[in-house]
Amino acid sequence: MSWSALATAPPQQTPSQQAPPPEAPSLQAPSAGPTPPEATRTAYRDRLLALLPTDPRLICLDTDTGLFGADQVAAAGRQYLDLGIAEHNLMGIAAGLAASGRMPFVNTMAAFAATRALEAVKIDIAYTGLPVRIMATHGGLAAGHLGPTHQALEDLAVMRALPGMTVVVPADAAQAAAFVDRSLDLPGPLYVRLGRKATPALPAGTPPPVPGRAQTLRRGRDAVLAACGPYPVQACLAAAAELAAEGVECTVLNVHTLRPFDTAALVEAADHSGLVVTVEEHWRSGGLGGAVAEALAEAAPARVLRIGMPDTFTDTVGGHEHLLAHYGITPARVACTVRGALGLGPAPAID
Amino acid sequence: MTAPAAPVLPCSTKELADTARRVREHVVDMCAGPEGGHLGGAFSSTEILTALYFAVLNTDPADPADPDRDRFVLSKGHAAVGLYAVLAERGYLPTAELADYGRPGTRLMGHPVRAVPGVEMPTGSLGHGLALACGFALGQRLDGRSARSFVLMGDGELQEGSVWESAIAAASLRLDNLVAVIDRNGLQLTGPTDGKAPMARLAERWRSFGWAVRETDGHDPAALVEHLGSAPWEPGRPSLLICHTVKGRGVPFLEGRPAAHYVTLSARNHARARAALRAAARAAATAGEDTVTAGRPA
Repeated sequence: MSWSALATAPPQQTPSQQAPPPEAPSLQAPSAGPTPPEATRTAYRDRLLALLPTDPRLICLDTDTGLFGADQVAAAGRQYLDLGIAEHNLMGIAAGLAASGRMPFVNTMAAFAATRALEAVKIDIAYTGLPVRIMATHGGLAAGHLGPTHQALEDLAVMRALPGMTVVVPADAAQAAAFVDRSLDLPGPLYVRLGRKATPALPAGTPPPVPGRAQTLRRGRDAVLAACGPYPVQACLAAAAELAAEGVECTVLNVHTLRPFDTAALVEAADHSGLVVTVEEHWRSGGLGGAVAEALAEAAPARVLRIGMPDTFTDTVGGHEHLLAHYGITPARVACTVRGALGLGPAPAID
Repeated sequence: MTAPAAPVLPCSTKELADTARRVREHVVDMCAGPEGGHLGGAFSSTEILTALYFAVLNTDPADPADPDRDRFVLSKGHAAVGLYAVLAERGYLPTAELADYGRPGTRLMGHPVRAVPGVEMPTGSLGHGLALACGFALGQRLDGRSARSFVLMGDGELQEGSVWESAIAAASLRLDNLVAVIDRNGLQLTGPTDGKAPMARLAERWRSFGWAVRETDGHDPAALVEHLGSAPWEPGRPSLLICHTVKGRGVPFLEGRPAAHYVTLSARNHARARAALRAAARAAATAGEDTVTAGRPA
């Protein structure tokens, strides 16, 4: 299955033409048809705008990103402020506001949140434990042709290292909106990695995410496919369906929360097969693969094969899907890795 | 902003000077401890911190979480020994606890931590405090409170680019309940500040960013209280007070020397420093008491 097929809105179907996808897991409600692709960042934006009038604590601090339209800014009134292109200042002001009883949603790109403004995030927000919501767009390879300056392939490692920071990667637009809702009850800081353009939705009927709990999208005894983010999760679902046709049954975990990490769910899932393949839009160090390896090494050693961005900055022009394919973050790579690990194909290459 | 609050502590300038001397004694004692401390920057800012906590800030040690309190951020967090001493004198913590400074298992770290009552935010890495104070001032304005937010920066700290991000933001947001203070002692760890990054026309620089700017002698309690107490000086503009100070002020063998930046006093130099402070106290006692009443003017 190509990324283009996943990201393109399906043709309109009449209800009678709809059929549940063949790989639909049993834990899901009957399908009402595929949900069209939507960007996680616009889903977050729209949910936040809807919540602003209901909660005076909320304030959106922007940095000239253009995500919010003029009418939306006007409607938000005093609960929206554009602080300009100054991300360190953004994080400090957010911390001061949070220490004054407010819950700021700061809006910037993942690259700037996780590296340019990192010291303010570390000291002013993580160290203090204040309830700032860092809404980081253009995560992973989502910036596409904009290049390495705007891509964020280290943000999960960086944010996951900070004590007290909750780190989530919504797997689709609905999950992004759900995490905005759930953040209202979270006392400490939160990092949310979002995308840029529309990305595929999870299968219809997938339940809302429970923060801190890995989401089982499919069950199987032969291998565990653990992923975070829209395309990696889709890659695992597609690979699992492909492997099932060959008699290989995989568990698919949507590990939307990287910190706190759901070690228990991972250990339970890995216990059957002793094989975990991780898939993410991140350098292979420090992100989901790192978290899985750390957790299993201590709790229940299992073989962990990490699929992610090779140890390089992007060296070619391309959109999001092109780059995913170019660097091997694909359903085919996932399936091939599982086959190799199970002795059903060539041994997987290890970088 | 609305009308300023009433004076916090009616306090004569002599009382402020006496308090500043006690603060210096505490700091000298802390810097004779096992770890030493940033004596130089604490002494250049002693009068500033004393004036703030005893005559300007509307804060109450008995109610440190009062939402209507003024906020203060020590952006030059290395002056923690000075802040701890002032907080202790003001009643936020027992003065006896100052003996714990730098000792294992205590809460008085080398840079301010929120575990210490009265410390609003942790600082130490330079270039953070102005943004934090902007956040406090913005929060006060959004809440409709008449409180103000203050921040003390060092002049070396102005080399951090983040300071200027926040200088732009504060003026853009028209935060006239924000008061920034620069401890212009002219020295940083390895030498003269102007030798690293010339700060000529410093006041004009800040004015050009949209701030109301004044300059004063940073060791003159009456002048400090007058300026800090009367801010905002121009409606719609944040206020900046450039305080001309001497690093290590009060201990002659350290005054104006880069070596004063971080000091671990030997027993001999501890005694010398204490003697110098006692001599200053005796000299002050023979001078007439200045009865200027500190506090924010009505």
